[in-house]
Order: sequence, then C-alpha cells, then structure tokens
Amino acid sequence: MKKYYLGIDLGSTTSKAVIIDEKDVIIGRGITNTRANYKVAADIARDEAVYDARFTLLANKLKTEIDSKPEFKRYMEDIKNIFKYRQFKRRMDSLEVKLKETASAFTYENKDAIVAELAKIIEIIRPQIRNEFVNENLGSKNQFFRDIVSERYNAELEKVDKALFEPLILTFDKSITPIENEMVQFNFKELVDESMKTLEEKYEGLVDQPEEENKEDWYYAELNAVKNNYKFVESSLKEHIEVIADEDIQISNMVGTGYGRALLPFPEDCIKSEILCHAFGAHAVFPNTRTVLDIGGQDTKAIQVDSHGLVTSFHMNDRCAAGCGRYLGYIADEFGISLNELGPEAMKADKETTICSTCTVFAGAEVKELLHNGEKRPNILAGLHKAIIQRAMSLIARSGGVRDEFTFTGGVARNQAVIKYVKQMVTESYGEVTMNIHTDSIFMGALGGAMFARRNIDIDLPEKKKKTASKEMPKIGKEKAKI
Amino acid sequence: MAEEAQKEKSMILQKEMISSLFSDLSRAKELGKKVCYTFIPGNLSELIRTFDMLPVYPEINALQSAMRKKSAAYIKEAERNAHSEDVCTYVKCDVGMLMKGNLGPTGEKIPDPDVLLLSYTGCFTFLKWFETLKREYPDAKVIMVHTPYQENGEMTPEMTEYMVKQFKEEVIPQMEEVTGIKYDEAKLQRHLVLSAEAEDLINKIFQTTKHKPSPIDAYFAGVYYIGPINIGFRGTQQAVDYYKELYSEIQERIRLGLGPITPEGEMKEEKYRLVVEGPPNWTSFREFWKIFYDIGAVIVASSYTKVGGVYDLGWRHDPERPLEALAEYCMNCYTNMNLPQRIDLLKKCIVDYEADGYVTNSIKSCNSFSAGQLGMMREIEDSLEVPVGFIESDLVDPRYFSYSNIKNRLESYFQMLDQRKKMELEEV
Repeated sequence: MKKYYLGIDLGSTTSKAVIIDEKDVIIGRGITNTRANYKVAADIARDEAVYDARFTLLANKLKTEIDSKPEFKRYMEDIKNIFKYRQFKRRMDSLEVKLKETASAFTYENKDAIVAELAKIIEIIRPQIRNEFVNENLGSKNQFFRDIVSERYNAELEKVDKALFEPLILTFDKSITPIENEMVQFNFKELVDESMKTLEEKYEGLVDQPEEENKEDWYYAELNAVKNNYKFVESSLKEHIEVIADEDIQISNMVGTGYGRALLPFPEDCIKSEILCHAFGAHAVFPNTRTVLDIGGQDTKAIQVDSHGLVTSFHMNDRCAAGCGRYLGYIADEFGISLNELGPEAMKADKETTICSTCTVFAGAEVKELLHNGEKRPNILAGLHKAIIQRAMSLIARSGGVRDEFTFTGGVARNQAVIKYVKQMVTESYGEVTMNIHTDSIFMGALGGAMFARRNIDIDLPEKKKKTASKEMPKIGKEKAKI
Repeated sequence: MAEEAQKEKSMILQKEMISSLFSDLSRAKELGKKVCYTFIPGNLSELIRTFDMLPVYPEINALQSAMRKKSAAYIKEAERNAHSEDVCTYVKCDVGMLMKGNLGPTGEKIPDPDVLLLSYTGCFTFLKWFETLKREYPDAKVIMVHTPYQENGEMTPEMTEYMVKQFKEEVIPQMEEVTGIKYDEAKLQRHLVLSAEAEDLINKIFQTTKHKPSPIDAYFAGVYYIGPINIGFRGTQQAVDYYKELYSEIQERIRLGLGPITPEGEMKEEKYRLVVEGPPNWTSFREFWKIFYDIGAVIVASSYTKVGGVYDLGWRHDPERPLEALAEYCMNCYTNMNLPQRIDLLKKCIVDYEADGYVTNSIKSCNSFSAGQLGMMREIEDSLEVPVGFIESDLVDPRYFSYSNIKNRLESYFQMLDQRKKMELEEV
C-alpha cells in the first residue's frame, strides 16, 4: 500500500494541510481559516487535503485524456469547484437552521419582522452563492465559508430597515461561530455524485454564448467540448471514482507546525517549529535557498539556512505584529474590500504615500485621514504594502541579510504588490539575487512539516536528500526570477 | 540526600548573609553606620567597608522586587510621577519602591543614603538615576568617579592613574568627611586579600561547567551564586566561607555525576550546553528558566554573571596596589569592555565550555547591555559557526515579558540545535 505523509500548519489566520507521497510530491492541499476551535480548523484543512488528494489520484488515472482532450480538463476543474459548493451547501444548511433558531429565540418586540427579513436574506443569498460557485468558479478562489457567507449577508444587511440591522448582525454573529466550530463529516463519493448531477444541470442548461472579446479561444473550445461530450467524460470518471473514493489514503506519519501547534492533538514528537518547517519546505522546493522570508498572519520570519536546508539563525518580529499579514487584513476591512483585492489595487498606484507601520490600529486611523484629505486609494495601499516590507527588511537585516538564493514564502507572498516591493528593496539593499516565489508559497510550512513526517521527524541528511528530495521536486508551479 | 543537605548549607549561608545585611541596614542609625547607595558594576565594596559603611544596591532591590512580583506596582507608581514608559525599568522600580516607603526584600525599611557613590559611568542611566535620587535625598553626598571605557581594549597605566587620582582627591576625602573615619590603607588591603580569595573561588566555581554534565547552571543559578560577591560581601571572610562551601558542594555533584539543580529538582539529561548574553528577565524568572531546563538546556557560561567583575582572564584585586586594584576593578567590569573584547570573552566561553549554542536575551530598556548585541552575535556566529538565538524581554517590567512568544522562539531554537547535533553526530 502506498504511504502518505501529512503536514499541518496551524497559522494565526489560516490553517494549511499538505499531503505528500513517498517521493515528497504534493498530492493534496487543504486550507481553511483558523477559528476558536483549533482542532476543527486542523481537521477541516486535513479533510480538504484528503479530498484534494483523491482528485489528484483521479486526475492521474485520467492523465492521458486530460492532456489530450479539452473537455476532460474542463470537467475536472469544474467538478472540483462544484465539489466545494456541495460542501458549502451542507454547511449553509446547518447555518440556515441555526440562524433561524437564533432569531426565533430573540425577545425583541419586532421579532417577527426580524425572522421574516432573515428568511428573505437567506432566500436571496443562497442562489446568489450557488451561481457564483457553479458559473463563476468561486471554489477556486480560496475563500472560506465564513467569508463567503458574511460578505453576501452583510451586503443584504445594508439594504434592510434600521430597526432590523442590529438584531440581524447579532443573529449572524451568534450563529456563525458555533457552525464554524462544528466538524461536518462528508462522504467523498456522495459529494462527487451530487457534484456530477449539478454539473449535468449546468452543462444541459448551457446555450451557445456569444463570444466575449476578453476571453481566449481555448475557453470556448473547452466549453463547447465539455458541453457536447460531458456524458462521455462522466462515464469515464465513474469508472474510476469507486476505486478512488475507497482508496485508503493512509497517513503514515504527520507533523504539526505553526503558531497553534502546541494546541494540536498531536504527540509531542509530531510537533515541529514553523521556522524549521518553512525553511525545510522552501529549501526542498528551491535547493539553493540560503535566506527565507516568510510573512505570515502574525509572524514575519527571516531565516538563514545552510546548504542542507538546516536553519542556522532566524529572527522574528517581537512585541507587535504590525507589518504582518493581519495588518493587511485589518487594512482591507478599513477599505471595505477583500484581501485579494488589496494587491491589484495597490499596483495601480502612481506613488507610495508614506504610512507609519509601527501600529496597525494607528495605520487605520491614518488611512482615514489620508482618504479624507483626498489621497488616492491605490497610493495609500501602495504605501501600506511598502511599510510592511520595510519592517520585513529590518528583520532580514537583523537575521544576517539576504544571501543568494532568496525564497519568499507565506500567505502574503501571493500579493503582487508585496512581491513588487520585496524585489525592489532586496535589490536596493543586497544587489542582484535570485528570488524564488512559489505559487504554493502559503503551503511551505505544511510542506516542510509533511517532509519531516516522511523522514520520521529526524533531520534529512544530505546524502539521503540527494537521492530523494532534490530529484523529485513537488510538482507544482514555480516562479523563479532574477532580480 | 547528602547533596541535598550540602546544597541547603550554602543556600542557608547566603540567606543569613543577606538578612543580616538588611537587618543592619534597618538599624543603621542605631549601629551608627553610614549608608552608601551604589551600583553593582564597578562597586567599591572594599572601600565602603574600609569606612564602615553599609551598602545598598538599587538595581538589586529592583530585581528582588520583580522576583517578589512587586515591580509592576512600583513601576506604575513611578510612571504616575512622570517617569516615561521608555525609562530603564530598574530605575522606575527603584523610584516606585522609594515612593511606597522603601521597604526592602525582607520587609524592613531601607535607610536613606548618606552617600550616593557612582563608581561606574559606563551606564549613562546610572548618572540620571542618582540625579533623581539626589532630588529625593538632598542631604546625601554625591560622589562620582569617572570610569574610562576600554575603548582600545585595554586598561592603560594612564587610565589607572586617572582613576587613582579621583580616589585620592575626591572619593576618599569625601568618605572621610561623611563617616568621620580616617582612611586606613592597611584595612583596605586586608579586605582586598579576602576579595582575591573569593574571586579565585568564584572563578573555579564557574569553571566547573566544563564538566559533562555540567554540575551547575551558570546563568539561572549563577545569578544566585554571584549574590554575595556582588552585594557588599566581597572582601569579607563570610564571602570566602560561602564560596568554599558552594565549591565543595559542586565538587560533590561532579563526583556523583549530577547535573544542575533546578526549582523542580535535578536536571536529568543535559541535552544542550549554551552560553547566554544579557541579563535574565526577573518578573517571570522561574517560567523563563523552566523553558530551558524542561528541554535539558543548561547554561555553561553567561555574560550577566560577569557584570560585577570579569575574573575569567586572571585579573584579581591586588592588595599590594590597593587603589590601582580598585581602579582596574571598575574598568574591568563586563559592560566596560569594548565589543571586540566582549566577543573574544564570549567566544572563549563557547570554546572552553564546549557550548552547542549562543543565545542573546536582549533587554529593550537596557542600553549598556543591548548596544552592540546583534553585531556581537553575528560575529560569533560567523567565526565559530555556532547556532545563535535572539529573544527580547525586559528586566523588571512584567508587561514586556511575553511567555508564548519567548517560548515559541526558544522552541524553534532548540529544534534547530537538535537538527544540528544530529547532523554532526552523523558526520562523525
């Protein structure tokens, strides 16, 4: 039987899980928002990684078809997306019950109006979200249950009568937390079946769309192919799905890391520092790495590693988490935009407004003042992004500077504006170095954890590593840039 | 059980010495003794004793207050009286204690100073601290000695001469004036003989960490061991007796192959040997220590235990040159050495005591220690290729000790050491 290894990185903002095979190849990834109940967060991330692993195994079986036929490629993407919707729907069903229960328990005079308005909101947002999942690929956007629901719910709240506003906010706040901290067991096979049905409906309902200018030709090629051939794809999939769904994804060993690692219900020797995991993950993917910068939710880490991937020294922010990922989250809230929109918006700037980065809350106040004075939003955002990197640069300097090659990891490494300023400032201070950014940068800690798990937590010695890890890099996209 | 009883003996001795000092202090007037406030670095214990004065060490009071969980209230009191949040927390704790009645660690009142003796000027805060105290105690005489910094890494005859001149022209005449006692050089020399003897002993004690397992922790227990030699007993038979007793207890531990004693009993397995730079955190001293001993990390040498005198390199008080010896003593305290000297000393400790790693505990409100710490760490890391760790906390302000952050960093550091050790084993 094949052996698999699990790494869980319980961060302050997100919990990540990675499953690797015996050759260190990533076969599954899962991510969710960290919540009050750490175990639930870790379990959800793990389950997602297991589902993702099953899809990877399925894709491996259908590799020839996916490579040669556009309908297979499209169908696989769509089904993963719909699969996420089916999970979402189950949680949403529970949330709906809970919301109604909470509202009914109120003793407000206008309770009936609250309950009625709540039902109306649910009726609006449910099909809205379904549509976004089924037709707009919401599942591929890495948004979490809480964020998806609250965004739509809050948008509807804006429209309601003032007297209902507060009670409806309270209804949501009181209901979301217990639902979010509840573990829901899904049956993979059942969800896949449901997803296929939803897809059938989707493809059946497709009519010939007029071609839009901004869409590439392959988009319509795939769409038309899948529209005409989905039944065939479906039957090929069904041939394998039974086996895949029943395949025992045997986790031989696991390692927990991250800020909440001590709270994971793991044996003590399965808990590893995120410093070592991030360094190990980054070094495995980019073996020439000597300096790692990881910007996480509340920690920024500058790590120096030797040629074997062993940490030689590290520095972390102390006392205050201003300038970490959460800073961006707070700022996004201040602007009323989503975290994913921050980077693109900042990229539109024509200059960077100077903003203080010593305190997140003060920065929020500063932003309001600047907006009031007519400063452009992109310029303020650019300034905020720059401020974060300035703090990170100070940590890097304290840890011993940037050595070639430099690998940038963590959730923030997906933000284009962050990347821009990191490149700019690293070059200014340390000259030209090779800078590595992985498309899966947020999973580096979990990957390192899984790799430690595969090595039974013992260190990977250079001799061993030469034979395994460096030959079989995780098969995921990489970005390598000479800056 | 035998070592338990012996262990207790040195502790009892120390406890008796400290309580007798505070008891004498509370009865200073009765005893007709003058009171001299001074600081640990460059403290002129032997000269103070020559004039029959009783010493008070404000920074020791501050750290004792912190260990007794009283510093938060004292600091709050000082801040209420306009001392800024950024001021050295030793100062604020001391000022707050003064404002709340100046009760010492034994609960007895600490008498007002007759003399404020500033014999080490390497810490600028000390100057300001005594300026503040002078305002509180207008009748106290301020005696200040300018201690030249070892900028070029040496104590030149001119520097010594410059200090001796200050002793002769400023310090001694003023002490004579305050106490009404004539300066007796023979008496000073007798104290210095005993000082050198205690210095030999404490040096031997700190060298026992060369043994594996190390019989003592040179930082967390070391701060207790330096008590008598630093807080006014240097130059007395009591100090010599204490260190003889302690040394023999440690010898017994070595004979039995025992590791250091911790608050939770003997450390079972020595996994990591570390050298630590910087003072400890006092408000969460036990929790801080526990992070180390739980994992099996023992501190084999620390710079903090050298603030009251560096004896590793052979320097001792020389009774034949009494005032020159005092001058050199002041200039030879750890924080008065230049950075290359400190680096050399720390490197020597790492090599001599076969340390696996080097950890800096940086204190945000202490300039004397913190200035240059990062550079020192880099230099040590580069030249010895030893794994280094860096944490930050505070002396006596509990608001600045973040247990989970420090634990997180130290855990990562220990795991890093672990990786390194396994790697080295494999290479062998």
